Amino acid sequence: MTSAGSSRIRLHVVRGGFELAVDLELPATGITVLFGASGSGKTTVLRCVAGLERAQKGLVQIGAEVWQDDEARLFLPTWRRPLGYVFQEASLFEHLTVEDNLRYGLKRAGSRDAGHVLDAAIRLLGIERLLERMPARLSGGERQRVAIARALATQPRLLLLDEPLAALDQARKQEILPWLERLRDELRTPMLYVTHSADELARLADHLVVLEDGRVKAAGPVAAALASIDNPLLVGDDVGALLAGRVAERDARWHLTRVAFDGGSLWLRDSGVPVGHAVRLRVLARDVSIAIGEPHDNSIQNHLPCSIESSAPDVHPSQVLVRVRVGASTLLARITARSFDALDLRPGKRVWLQVKSVALLQ
Amino acid sequence: MSPSNEALQAIRLTVELASLTTLVLLVIATPIAWWLSGTTSRWRAPISALVTLPLVLPPSVLGFYLLVAMGPDGPLGRLTMALGWGTLSFTFGGLLVGSIIFSLPFAVQPIQHACEAIGPRPMEVAATLRARPLDAFFSVALPLARPGLITAAILSFAHTVGEFGVVLMVGGNIPGKTRVISTQIYGHVEAMEYAQAHWLAGGMVLLSFTVLLALSLMKRRSARVMP
Repeated sequence: MTSAGSSRIRLHVVRGGFELAVDLELPATGITVLFGASGSGKTTVLRCVAGLERAQKGLVQIGAEVWQDDEARLFLPTWRRPLGYVFQEASLFEHLTVEDNLRYGLKRAGSRDAGHVLDAAIRLLGIERLLERMPARLSGGERQRVAIARALATQPRLLLLDEPLAALDQARKQEILPWLERLRDELRTPMLYVTHSADELARLADHLVVLEDGRVKAAGPVAAALASIDNPLLVGDDVGALLAGRVAERDARWHLTRVAFDGGSLWLRDSGVPVGHAVRLRVLARDVSIAIGEPHDNSIQNHLPCSIESSAPDVHPSQVLVRVRVGASTLLARITARSFDALDLRPGKRVWLQVKSVALLQ
Repeated sequence: MSPSNEALQAIRLTVELASLTTLVLLVIATPIAWWLSGTTSRWRAPISALVTLPLVLPPSVLGFYLLVAMGPDGPLGRLTMALGWGTLSFTFGGLLVGSIIFSLPFAVQPIQHACEAIGPRPMEVAATLRARPLDAFFSVALPLARPGLITAAILSFAHTVGEFGVVLMVGGNIPGKTRVISTQIYGHVEAMEYAQAHWLAGGMVLLSFTVLLALSLMKRRSARVMP
């Protein structure tokens, strides 16, 4: 049985040479990212949850509502499922203005407080100025914001997003990501977000499900999943840890910000986030090195005492990935196998980390 | 030189026939085109071929079979007799049925192309916004297919105005009842009334040119609106 408010998705699809078999439990709030290479079955999962495709055998239970249960011969058509769906490419109705697009679902969802719901969706996505326009006159980023607002206006129980940024260039992605973060932080609606981008995963995910060839390869809270080194989800320069922290201090003279996390704190470039705000830090393994004693007299600002937890060979035989504990948090370091051997790094050994660069994801 | 009463009657009848044919065709061609554009059924190819058949068949062949079908022993004739309407051959009703079948491909094809261009995505989007299939068809598919519908209407109208063989065989060229412009011109030529034939034939050339011009202008404009 699923716990209160959470969702259960069990699907079995066989199509041509492809087989998808997943069994997922999603938390009641937050963003669950479905991550995987193209062809891994991410979009199929989303379409089956929406009822746009029909799994041969399936159970789709969202909170207390059952949308599909083949044992009970139950299958609700898409239009009877209270969901929001944001497609990869612009999917606005070209014959309607932005406002009429927003009202299309609002009207049909029969919300009691329609005016308020619409205003809230418009404000949440910042599209007040676009209401009169035709979709053809919007930029790619604006279109996706309208599409998200249109989905939200139906007050969905579950918001499904199928690579909503994939069709946009880098600048447009950066324009939309803050809005998505805002949705995550302000809405109670759970979201299922499909992507193959490590950047979106690190910024948005609370919970992570990794798909490979139609199977679930890993699932769990995002920080733990990213810090796994035995079977890394990300490879190459994307390997790194995710830290949840709070802005603790800002140094006006040197334009730096100190972010405290469970186990220590890190200095990074000040980007204007006020003291007390919750932020995410991404620390890539390639930017972390290890020293036996506390480092002095070098340009690297961030030194953290820590203990070695485990290690695993990296893709290239010359390198090793090392997992270290800093208080309650986990960080990853990529060092050469020769240093690993020379420094005699064993699990439990106390060492110092030098962190050369930290990315603030907010 | 002004047109004769007979000619005016033929013009009126032609416009009536073409308008009614267009109206009926839009109603029956739209669901056929919609189905053809989206289906994966094994009936797709045979139905598609059947709908296109009037495009390649000589009008006399079509007219001949229609005449047989509408006759007192034909399936259509038996039906209309049983309903108390008499037979359709050599009546305006028969002309209408003939025109609808003859112009069917001209209505189905533009709508089908428009539906194929729209693709299944807008209907999926509508479903995720709680629209029932029929609701989505009228609120999304039809408005998006509008250029195709307009093209279909114009082509059906023009093609009906321009038909000759089927009209002659099914209608019998009865003045005031089934004599349309094209058969009227034929009559004028048979009677060596070249001046009157010129008047009508010239009008037809002008009308057809205008229709094609309008179509190509509309296509250029809609191409600019499309992404």
